[in-house]
Amino acid sequence: MVELKLPTKSRPTEGKTWPKPDGSNIQEYRVYRYNPDENQNPRIDTFYVDVDECGPMVLDGLLWIKNNVDPKLALRRSCREGVCGSCAMNVDGLNTLACTKSADEISGVVKIFPLPHLQVIKDLVPDLDNFFAQHRSIEPWLKTTTPAPGDEWRQSEAARMKLDGLYECILCACCSTSCPSYWWNGDRYLGPAILLQAYRWLIDSRDEATGERLDNLEDPFRLYRCHTIMNCSNTCPKGLNPAKAIVEIKKMMVERRI
Amino acid sequence: MSQPERTQSSRSKSERSKSERPLSPHLEIYRFSLTMALSILHRITGVGLYLGTALLAFWLIGAAMGPTQLDLVYLIMGNWFGQLIMLGFTWALFQHMLGGIKHFIWDVGAGLEPDQRKVLSWFTIIGGVILTALTWTFFVWI
Repeated sequence: MVELKLPTKSRPTEGKTWPKPDGSNIQEYRVYRYNPDENQNPRIDTFYVDVDECGPMVLDGLLWIKNNVDPKLALRRSCREGVCGSCAMNVDGLNTLACTKSADEISGVVKIFPLPHLQVIKDLVPDLDNFFAQHRSIEPWLKTTTPAPGDEWRQSEAARMKLDGLYECILCACCSTSCPSYWWNGDRYLGPAILLQAYRWLIDSRDEATGERLDNLEDPFRLYRCHTIMNCSNTCPKGLNPAKAIVEIKKMMVERRI
Repeated sequence: MSQPERTQSSRSKSERSKSERPLSPHLEIYRFSLTMALSILHRITGVGLYLGTALLAFWLIGAAMGPTQLDLVYLIMGNWFGQLIMLGFTWALFQHMLGGIKHFIWDVGAGLEPDQRKVLSWFTIIGGVILTALTWTFFVWI
């Protein structure tokens, strides 16, 4: 449902300003904080990061804060090179991976929020249970009816190329949580990431459940809440094009009726 | 060895904190992009056109009722405020029409690459203004 304003208890208040380190090259970070153990609204804390002391990426800045200022800052991170998708968050108004976003690209204050319109567990850690349950719902694995060949399922080079731009998706949820349609109908609309994944199996030449997969998506909400707002494709940190994948699914829906 | 028993109070505390989790900020913190702005503009102009059909009905009713009533319609719509509404209606019509063409192009799977999205979006904005200006130049001002 469309609710433009946050619930009263979710609205962030002005938080703590942490001490400024000595140093000539300081960047200001404003970071969303929420502690489930305190019965308080989320707040926006101000940190000062010594740029000369830490690495170039936004993730480096956040880890510098965690190591030097406030060890309680909660965030997910793992690979620090844009392949795991853990450190997805809203940086400077756009969803991206903190580890591949360069901090000096941002002029002025670095504003950091968790991925939009999700339940917050703590600080920058949102609850992604629904997102992964939706991924499970499209059955993201090869489905076949013919007996398995002795060695492997073969695929021509041309057929394999159709998976380019799809298989690279790391399920970081940046695109889905950038989508206003997903904000308002995330309980029923699958969102760009999951639909891109669905398309990845729909056009896999080895998969034999195409009709069944399309039946599963033929639904006013699951697929057709996409209104080509294009935030997904504008924000994808891997440069993929979920909006295009969704259009292709819609085309498959039409083509199979002709 | 049995696992430490979870007390009733700690379980209810964790369940309570789960239900009270805040919703992360969305619209107010997300940076508006061109395509996002045009998407909402398409809706707004659509609503505007829906309401704007009342203008057409107003004119037709006036014409059907007779010269006195039609003069009243012209009086109301002919002043600066009425003209402003008519101008807005014309622009909404063209903006929405070009937006519809853009969606049609996207729906057949074309124009979806980053640069093409930008070009198509600017095409609707500039096109909407130009078509409005041309319509008023030839049908109202000349």
